[in-house]
Amino acid sequence: MSVITIERKVLEKNDEIAKANRELFRNRGIYVLNFVSSPGAGKTSLLERTLEHLRGRLPIAVIEGDVQTDFDAQRVAKYNVPVVQIVTNGGCHLDAKLVADALQNLDLTDIKIVVIENVGNLVCPANYDLGEEIKVVVASTTEGDDKPLKYPTMFRNASVLIINKIDLLPHLPSNVEVLKNNALSINPSLQVFETSCTTDAGIAGWCDWLEKTCVKKP
Amino acid sequence: MHELSIAQNIIEIVMSNVPKDQLKDVRTISLRIGASSGIVADSLEFGFTAITAETSLRSARLNIEKVPFVIRCHSCGIEQENEEGSAVCASCGGIDTTIVSGTEMQFSEIELEEAV
Repeated sequence: MSVITIERKVLEKNDEIAKANRELFRNRGIYVLNFVSSPGAGKTSLLERTLEHLRGRLPIAVIEGDVQTDFDAQRVAKYNVPVVQIVTNGGCHLDAKLVADALQNLDLTDIKIVVIENVGNLVCPANYDLGEEIKVVVASTTEGDDKPLKYPTMFRNASVLIINKIDLLPHLPSNVEVLKNNALSINPSLQVFETSCTTDAGIAGWCDWLEKTCVKKP
Repeated sequence: MHELSIAQNIIEIVMSNVPKDQLKDVRTISLRIGASSGIVADSLEFGFTAITAETSLRSARLNIEKVPFVIRCHSCGIEQENEEGSAVCASCGGIDTTIVSGTEMQFSEIELEEAV
């Protein structure tokens, strides 16, 4: 037997492309968010409320990732922002190469923030760096308060947790404090926001934080 | 099922390190996978076998070393393993901890059978 030793990360190739994406964004002074959640947690609704709230304050562009259809890009296009849809055709996550390719079709002139909405999935997108500054994980109250313990990798890799659909709390057995504490036990440095895209509760606080954070720059 | 795409990445690393005519001699591909990396070893092995079945890598098998999730507490200094991926120190309840291991997805070596 002969042995070839190769000490490197399995996803090294993805990480190299992600690094190039990150350099491109940083050189242009663009702050990039990677929105992740399980399907139906409210990523697109949260994005819509964010675009509405920051309209005229911060120029935002969007990269939409879905397994199939461009429904989300159509929703976002109504806000008159540059948007490009990635259809993964069955792929369960976005990777850095897909984002690099999508950037060829996205006008970044004067853009300050790019939001990448990942495929709805709390497992696979956790492993793939896209070149973002932060991952924003959205967990909705309807999913139960044990999500962070079931999917620790995603909550560990995120910088922000948005607990969405808080307007439904009176009808649910979920406890926001338990959800929050579970998330913080995995990642004590998570910045947590509570929102409702139906009543707009918490949206202003989240957007103000985002505006301040992206101006500070990495 | 991103283990399939991880398996594809493993194959690409093998192909860029082993000459084409020796791919059929690859027997073992060793990896270190963290307990809290988000990768299921069985699924990765299954995916790897499925996509190499009809290729020159069909005799290759994955040898996966599972690395435990370990944190070090900066308050009480204790290093500890936990299966939950928790960042909270089980000894003092402190949250000033760093991850020592258990999130990696690392390639380590390829073993080839020497041609006789």
